[in-house]
Amino acid sequence: MTRINLTVDGAKVADDVEPRMLLVQYLREKLGKTGTVIGCDTSNCGACTVHLDGTSVKSCNVLAVQADGATVTTIEGLAATYDGGELHPVQESFRECHGLQCGFCTPGMIMQSVALLNDNPTPTEQEIRVGLEGNLCRCTGYHNIVKAVQHASGQASEMHA
Amino acid sequence: MIPTAFDYVAPTTVEDALSALATHGDDAKILAGGQSLLPVLRMRLNAPEVVIDLGKIESLRGVRDDGDAIVIGAMTPHSVVGSDPLVKEHALLIHRAVEHLADEQIRHRGTFGGALAHADPAGDLGAPALALGSSFVIAGPGGTRTVPADEFFIDLFETAIGDDEILTEVRIPKHTGWGAHYEKFVRVAHQWPIVAVAATVKGSGGSIEDVAIGLTNMGSTPLRARAAEDALRGGQDLAAAAELADQDTNPPSDLNGESSYRRHLAKVLTRRAVTAAAGG
Ligand SMILES: Cc1cc2nc3c(=O)[nH]c(=O)nc-3n(C[C@H](O)[C@H](O)[C@H](O)COP(=O)(O)OP(=O)(O)OC[C@H]3O[C@@H](n4cnc5c(N)ncnc54)[C@H](O)[C@@H]3O)c2cc1C
Ligand code: FES
Ligand code: FES
Repeated sequence: MTRINLTVDGAKVADDVEPRMLLVQYLREKLGKTGTVIGCDTSNCGACTVHLDGTSVKSCNVLAVQADGATVTTIEGLAATYDGGELHPVQESFRECHGLQCGFCTPGMIMQSVALLNDNPTPTEQEIRVGLEGNLCRCTGYHNIVKAVQHASGQASEMHA
Repeated sequence: MIPTAFDYVAPTTVEDALSALATHGDDAKILAGGQSLLPVLRMRLNAPEVVIDLGKIESLRGVRDDGDAIVIGAMTPHSVVGSDPLVKEHALLIHRAVEHLADEQIRHRGTFGGALAHADPAGDLGAPALALGSSFVIAGPGGTRTVPADEFFIDLFETAIGDDEILTEVRIPKHTGWGAHYEKFVRVAHQWPIVAVAATVKGSGGSIEDVAIGLTNMGSTPLRARAAEDALRGGQDLAAAAELADQDTNPPSDLNGESSYRRHLAKVLTRRAVTAAAGG
């Protein structure tokens, strides 16, 4: 067992974990943060995306022990990082633009979209598509997801579904 | 799946990491960004008893100017390499290759040294590092040694780094003002190339004074397209020179393409990469 100390969604946590425990397992199984989901076994889908010290990572491809000393934000704590309401503006945009169908990819899509907008507040459609290339969606065909990110960035969408 | 159980150490200096390696020998595995190692452990293709995490060694991170070369620390994440102004100015080819490596989340964690130490023949950084004549600084129990790029890559997933050694940094001779392009042919986004060509060109207005061309996935290691380079330096036109791009290569056949198809790709992609690198 290895002792880890980190901040998750604003709360300080400390735990003894097996070194082989993945960050996503730690979040879901130890902290009960099941908002972050697991969609694949190959680190391709991006459903498990969270922010680790401010940048997006696939939490199925990080060990919990590697997050020792770090600050983690999951979809469950995202709204609280923005003090304007119950939802983060990107969450609101996904709702407004119908950026989801089954919703399984959505936690990861939203976390990656927030990271993308932090780096580039007014991305072009192409930059949005490239920025989300590590996130797979089986339902939407991506158009409304791209629209949601454009909407969140305050840019009128050129596409109307 | 999750990995089999292992012990974990996170040293804060290279010396401590080396002594952990010396203690645990063959049973230990180095962890950099984990973006290749963790998938391997999760699929249980490897089951080390001890994992030595380099993530807490600050001295291995960052890019610095060192006279006629720039030096990239082994633990510098791809995303930092990709946005570093020194890399863009003096090793544009690396900047271009990193832009199209994996996806943003992977680039935030995966490291420059980890990708090169992993030595996947389909990895995107080997061919650019080779084309730029990089040298690899490797620390071991007996001190530090420097290995030139053409001796670093030995075989599939095999480099000159010994079991008791750590790659600490990569020195890249400055190619200031050289144009560069990385032409990557993929089946789906955010994946390894079927074939890719890394080209960097010195010259202006489409004329080529000097050129270096690296090939990804045209053999068990990254390769130089020497014959095509020589033809271009000798003034041959690009169409003819690009036809030589597959000389002395040994491309694999797999689900993504036959060997002969890869040879064809190497020629076409060389033409495109050199054209773009020369500003055409
Ligand atoms: C979904 C996905 C897509 C990807 N797509 C691409 C792609 O398109 N192109 C591409 O090039 N790569 C791709 N990668 C791999 C990515 O580039 C990895 O970051 C890289 O190959 C390994 O770097 P790392 O820092 O994560 O190393 P790790 O995974 O931590 O280590 C890799 C290996 O190198 C050894 N090692 C690491 N650092 C050192 C060191 N300093 N000294 C000695 N040995 C060391 C480790 O022991 C291990 O065997 C992808 C990965 C994933 C998961
Ligand atoms: S669950 Fe992490 S990338 Fe698919
Ligand atoms: S909404 Fe179903 S996977 Fe994206």
